[in-house]
Parts: sequence; C-alpha cells; structure tokens
Amino acid sequence: MSARDDILAALRVGAANRRASASASDPVLPARATGDAIALRDRFVEMARFAGASVGSAVAAGIPAAISAYLSKERLGDRVVLAPEPALVSLPWRSAPRLEVRTGVPGPEDRVSVTAAIAGAAETGSLLVSSGSRTANAAHVLCETHIAVLPAGDIVGGYEAALSRLRGDGGAMPRAATFITGPSRTADIEKTPQIGVHGPKRLHILLVNE
Amino acid sequence: MNSAARGFPERAAAALADPVLGAALDKLQGEFRRDRGAMLSRMPEFEALRDRAMTVRNYALADMDGLLEQFERNVIATGGTVHWCRDAEEARATVTRLCREADAKTAVKSKSMLSEEIALNDALVDAGIEPVETDLGEYILQLRRETPSHIVMPAIHLNAGQIGDAFRKSHSDRDSGRDLSNADALLAEARATLRRRFLDADVGITGANALIAETGSILLVTNEGNADLVHTLPKTHIAVVGIEKVLPTLSDAMAVVRVLARSATAQEITSYTTLVSGPARTDEADGPRAFHVVLVDNGRSKMLAGPYADALRCIRCGACQSLCPVYGAIGGHAYDAVYAGPIGAVLTPALGGLERAPHLPQASSFCGQCEDVCPVRVPLPALMRRLREDSFRRPDIAVAGRRLTRFWSWAARRPALYRPGLRLGLAMLRLLGAHRGAIRSLPFISGWTGARDFPVPEGGSFVEKWHASGREPKR
Amino acid sequence: MDGTQEPDNGDVPRVGLFATCLVDAMRPSVGFAAAKLLQDAGCIVSVPKAQTCCGQPAWNAGDRADAAAIARQVVDTFGAFDYTVAPSGSCAAMLRIHYPALLADDPVWKGRADALAAKSWELVSFLTDICGVKSTGVHHDGVATYHDSCSGLRELGIAGQPRTLLAKVDGLTLREHDTADVCCGFGGTFCVKYTDIAAAMTDKKIDAIAATGAQTVLAGDLGCLMAIAGRARRRGIALRSRHVAEVLAGMADRPAIGEGE
Repeated sequence: MSARDDILAALRVGAANRRASASASDPVLPARATGDAIALRDRFVEMARFAGASVGSAVAAGIPAAISAYLSKERLGDRVVLAPEPALVSLPWRSAPRLEVRTGVPGPEDRVSVTAAIAGAAETGSLLVSSGSRTANAAHVLCETHIAVLPAGDIVGGYEAALSRLRGDGGAMPRAATFITGPSRTADIEKTPQIGVHGPKRLHILLVNE
Repeated sequence: MNSAARGFPERAAAALADPVLGAALDKLQGEFRRDRGAMLSRMPEFEALRDRAMTVRNYALADMDGLLEQFERNVIATGGTVHWCRDAEEARATVTRLCREADAKTAVKSKSMLSEEIALNDALVDAGIEPVETDLGEYILQLRRETPSHIVMPAIHLNAGQIGDAFRKSHSDRDSGRDLSNADALLAEARATLRRRFLDADVGITGANALIAETGSILLVTNEGNADLVHTLPKTHIAVVGIEKVLPTLSDAMAVVRVLARSATAQEITSYTTLVSGPARTDEADGPRAFHVVLVDNGRSKMLAGPYADALRCIRCGACQSLCPVYGAIGGHAYDAVYAGPIGAVLTPALGGLERAPHLPQASSFCGQCEDVCPVRVPLPALMRRLREDSFRRPDIAVAGRRLTRFWSWAARRPALYRPGLRLGLAMLRLLGAHRGAIRSLPFISGWTGARDFPVPEGGSFVEKWHASGREPKR
Repeated sequence: MDGTQEPDNGDVPRVGLFATCLVDAMRPSVGFAAAKLLQDAGCIVSVPKAQTCCGQPAWNAGDRADAAAIARQVVDTFGAFDYTVAPSGSCAAMLRIHYPALLADDPVWKGRADALAAKSWELVSFLTDICGVKSTGVHHDGVATYHDSCSGLRELGIAGQPRTLLAKVDGLTLREHDTADVCCGFGGTFCVKYTDIAAAMTDKKIDAIAATGAQTVLAGDLGCLMAIAGRARRRGIALRSRHVAEVLAGMADRPAIGEGE
C-alpha cells in the first residue's frame, strides 16, 4: 500500500463518522462588502487608508502626472519601473517629462514599481493583483515603493467578487493571485508595528476615474 | 535548543522567574485584548463569520478524503505534483529528495509550523542544504537556535537587545561598531540581509494556510510579503502542508480569511493574502518552473476517527495562546512542544500520545477563554477534559491528586459519612487557625499554603445550621 | 423577619438551595445570605440534607464514573423542586450544562438530568432573570470591584446581572478592574496542582484590583474569593473578599474571607 492509499483509507474511516453532522453553508458577506458603486468606492478608499496605503485618483490621461507628483511629494526620485501591461504602457508618459520610465522586471536598483491591479475589494481596501505573462509577480512586492493603478470601475464589495473578475468565464486561476492590503509589515520585534520588512514600505493606490 | 530533560513543572517555574519573558507576555496579552476589542467594534458580524468558518471547517473534515483527491487532481492539472507522507520521517525524506533533485544549495522558507512539527530544517542541514528562514521572527530564532514560542508571533518572548545580539553574532561581515539599538536599524539590516538570500535561493519552501480542492490552489497569508518572494523567485516551490488544511472551494477559503487575521493579530486581513495554483505557466514572466505540494498526515487521519477530531478544525491563528492566562504566565517554551497554549495542550497528546506530554491537559483552570475566542469554535476545555479522562484511566500516567479526588467523590456519595467527617475536619481547621482568620501552613494541603494563606472556616456546616435553626419548611 | 417560612400555597416557587461544598464547609453565612435573598424575592427555600458536592472535582479530573454517580445523587435529591439555585456559577453550570452531557447515554437518568438542568440556576441571575428583582434595597458603604468568575461568565453568560443589583446598593461605589473577565487562578484543583502558575495568575488579578483603589472584591464563586483572599493575605495586601450575596443581602458585617474575628 502506498502512503497515499494508507492515508486515504484512514481518512475514509474518520470522515465517515462526521458526515451526518456536517453541512454546507452559504457565504456570509459582511455589510462592509455591500453597497452601490459610490459607497463601495468611498469604503475602498477609507479601508485602504486604514491599512496604511495612500490613495489618489486621476483620469487615465492624468496618471503619469499623478505619479510624478506623488514621487516628487514623497521625495522618491524620478525613476520608475513599469510593468509591461498595455493599459500602463499606453498611458501618455510624455506628459510627465521628469519621470524616467523603464519597462520591464524590477532589479536591485529599482526603488519604485508601477503595476496594474485587477480589482479592489472594498471590504478591507484590498487590491487583487496577479502573476501573468507580462507582469512579473515579484513586481508587486520587490520594490520599496509600489504604485498600483486600479480602474475605479473595478472596485467590488467582497473578495469573492474580486476573484470572479480574475477568473472570468473560464474559471482558471493564475499561478499567483494576491490580495494586497497596505504595505509590508511586521511586529516581530517587541510587538512594535513596523513597515517595510521584505515587501514595500509604501503602497500608493491610484484610482483611474472613468 | 531548549532542554527537553526538564519536565513541565521545572520549565514553568523557570519561566515564572524570568522577568524579560514576563514583560513580553504581559505586553502581548494586554495589547491583544485591547486590539481585539477594537476589531470586534469594527466587525459587528464577527460571530456570524465565526459560525461560517466553523461550518466550513467541519464540512471539510467530513469529506477530507474526497477533497484531498480533488485537490490532487487539480494541482496536477495546473502542472504541479502532489506527494503523500504518512509521518514526519517520510515528509523530511520527500522534501530533502525534491531539494536534491533541484540541485538546491539554499532553500528560503516562509513560516510553517508544520515544518517545525516534522523538524524539517535539521533534515535539510544534514543533507547539505541550507534552510534560510525569511519570516523575521523565525529568522531571529534560527540565528539563536531556538524554537517558536507562539504560533503567529514566534519570537514574541525576545526583546530588542537579544535580537541585536543575535544579529551582531551572526552578521559578522558587517561593521561591528554599527548601531543596532533600535527596531528600525534591526529591520533595515534584516531586510538587506534576507533580500540577498531570496535572490540567490534555489528552492522556496512554504507551508499553507489552506488547500483548496476546487482549483488545486494553496492559500498563503503573511504580513511581511516574504512568502510571495519565496514562492516566486526560486526555480522550485515546495509547499509542506498538513492534510487537515483542505477546504472545498475558494469561497470557503475566503470564509477562513475573514476570521484568520482578525483572530491572530486583530487586523482586518494580512498585508498579503495569496492563492498559488501550480508552477509558472509556459509564457509566464516569472515564477517557479516546478511546484510540489507535500501532504503530511503525521497522526491527523487517526485523530479524525477519534474523540479529539474537532481540534483538526484549527486554522492556526494563535488567539487561544494570546489570551490564555496560563500561557500568559509561562510562555510557549515551557510547554516543550511544537504547539503551546490551549491548542498545544490538545494537539500534542492527540497527535503524539499522552505519555509525551502528560501535564499539558492538566495545567489549565478551564477558564474557557480559549474556546470563547477560537474562530472555528474548537471546544478546547472539553477536549482537555476528555484527555484527562484518558489520563485518569491509565496507570502509567501519573495524575496528581488522583487518590484524593477519588476519596472526595467516595465521601460525597455518602452523606451519612460526609457530615460527621466534615464536622471533624472543620473543627480541626478552626483549632489550627484559632482567631487569626487564616492558616499559613498546612502539611496536607501544601499545594494551597505554599502560595496562599488558607481561610479558616466560619464554623459549622451550613446544611446542619440551617436544619438546626428550624427554617426548613415542613412538608 | 425570623425566617420562618409560610406553608407552600402552590403559587410560590419552591427553591432547593444547593449550598455548594465550599459554602457549606467554609462560609455558611453565604448560604444564609442566599436564603434571605431568595425568600425576600418570594421563594420558599428548602435545603435538602443529602447534598454534599456537585461532582466538579471528579468531572474536571476526568473521573467520569464518579462524576456521573454524584450527578445521579444530586438529580435524585433536587428533582422535586421548582428550581435549584446555587450561590456559585461553576456549580450551577455543572448542573445546568454538564449533567446532561454526563448522563446523555443513560436511558434511565438522561430525562431527569435534562429536567433538573432546565430548572437549575446561579443565584444572582435567578434573582434578576426569573424573580425579576431590580434592587435588594440594602445599604453598604465602600468601594468595591466585581470579579467575573469564569464558569458563571462563559458557561452561563452572567455579567450584567450582579452589576445591575450592585448598582442599586446604596452607598456602594463599584469600580471595574480592566481584567474583570480574566481567570483569578483558582480553577478548582488547578491551583493546588500547579501552585506557582496559579499564584502568578492570582497576583495579576490582585494587582488589577489594587489599581482601582477598591477595598473589597466581590464575586459569585467562593473558590475564586478564597484564592484571592488567601494570596492577598500572603502578600500582605489589604483587600477584603466577600461573596456578592453577602453584600446584596445586607449581611456584609461579618469578617471578610480570611479575616480574623
């Protein structure tokens, strides 16, 4: 008998005892994950800020200027590495002449990474990002500053709705789908909350207004 | 490493005498209580979320065999491989073999209590592979050659000075005069040191917070983001997971997500909540080429069939530890077990046998705080009591006060003997106590008077006085 | 009021007072306070002679057989009353919650245990929730704090009731200590088997109480109070421990627990 056979055989015995008293149940969606588009957008912004992210917004044509202004305000230099998503690459980067934009995978010298988010879950102000053929998954977590661009129309109420957006009709999952909520943090040193241990020290969310 | 030669009472005594530990535990528990209160006021539906999480976990346990088979099919469909291991030894051998097949020299790890349970790191070292813990708390413990003292906050027992000393000793390539006096400096050094290790590692080893049968995905939650670097940067990703972690659907996984961080740290959700499904696709920009899930039984299938099966619902949030007053007095290392606190008091004997940890189910006042906060309503005091029943019946397990308890029960069942016996005992105590109010030392109850004065009885039995007063109604 | 009770006229609730072994042996005045409170609330109080112990020590030690035997004895002794009331959350929980579990597989006793459980109550919550008592109309000067004994709080949900009645005690200032719902370290035989761990827990309770400036600690369980009183005395800390029934019945003039006469 293989280990697999042994384990499954033992489980069949144990599980059988519990079947009578177990039942499926409907999902419980907290009130926070419900509301109309305006309410969800406001809640997303409020919860994202509560989690330590900063949130701004602009129309698509204004995103490069908004990024330039953010870097300037936070004194983060002029260079960004941009994930090679068509929606990002096609933005009018020339409208932000001070920015040096490199498209590709973040390297050790890159301090600011700009990627696209697939959805935002208002219940906790969480972004859903994904690995893919164009964006390196590491681009969402490698750099000290992460700027995530999210169309405001892609803000939904709860995690399940966000995942539905990701999976689409085919239902396939990418290799990695990550809900990002605020910057990287730890409390391992004397339970003192600290930011930026391995992932970004700063998460800036730029909502794209329709 | 902690000395395993000393028994629980000795370890507890040493812990009680440690002021650094005491201060750390007071901070942990006081802040956790405060933060949890704030969390509850932000989430009025928390009880409904708990009920849903419990139901989801129960449903999964009731179909564990079918769900694991479905999980395996879907992992394979995404291009991954599933390995089944009956015990710790098979699991260590499997992971070591996979690392060797990947020509691994270093393996970066994200936090996995299961990998502690199977003693994986030692096996890797023996095989010439260097494991590097990347969770900051686990990394610090690795430097100090210590084990975790809390499921979620493994280094909570340490202060910044001890952490600085560990860095100074181990990061010998840095300027010995550098300032490590504050948490920011420690963090910056850890980030820089470990960044290099992430980038150079051949293999990434994670645990998993859940296995999702519907999609063949694993759930990984961290605040640091280290797991996302561990499962993305190296060429091979190995997830080592207990079989009881399986869930039916993504929606069920979200039910667990909604209570996990809220219970563990009183946050809304961890900074990073990831679903990994298979290795990198052929056209993917980054990610491992090989994805392995190592399923570990190590006593769980046997537990499922027994009286402690409800404890398999545990989602490893650590809330029971963060509130338990016994844990709050002695800390995690005193338990001398991978899992400490209330869940450890059940899992350790349930998985490894009562003789391995006879004190753990006994060292509880049954205050019930643990069950009160458990997000999946594991009935911890009832399970500990059931373990006490097993202990009571076993002559090989020494149970303090077994004979005294049996004598008391014997007397309580015989009111005709109990009354005169009580009269005598009370008279003796009053004689010993005279008018002082309390007795300082009583040889036959030194367990009480060792730490407390014993109040002298008022005198006489209430039942007898009541009947002597004529107040009992005539029938 | 000399305490003589009127004959039962059928409308008046007949209460079997389960004194508890600790009250019976260590502090009978709590039993008399409980009886007074129940009589003032309009009940006829009976104290069956055959009572000794609820069986918790055996139950918590894992001695199921002895616990079940004692349970049957208690069910037999108290079954005839309209209510069984105990001045203890842990003993009331034993009758109300654990007896049905203990005797669930006993075809002869299961029904009787379930019936007793449905009629078993902790004293203070019985007064407020069943008798509708809003105030006991007494006076007691001083500053006190209330400790929530674990069984009463978590197994029976008792929290607001004692505070509601204490708020109506004229002259009494009730100050909450921030860990009122944290275990005092008694835990039955736990405090004797794991003396030092338990004492550390009791110390935290005493320090939290001291931080409020309260001179007196009140609770609904005598075990907790004996542990707190005994440890405070050992540490030389001035703190009076009383059962909440003593104050509510206006019978708190006796020495406190562990105080000399």
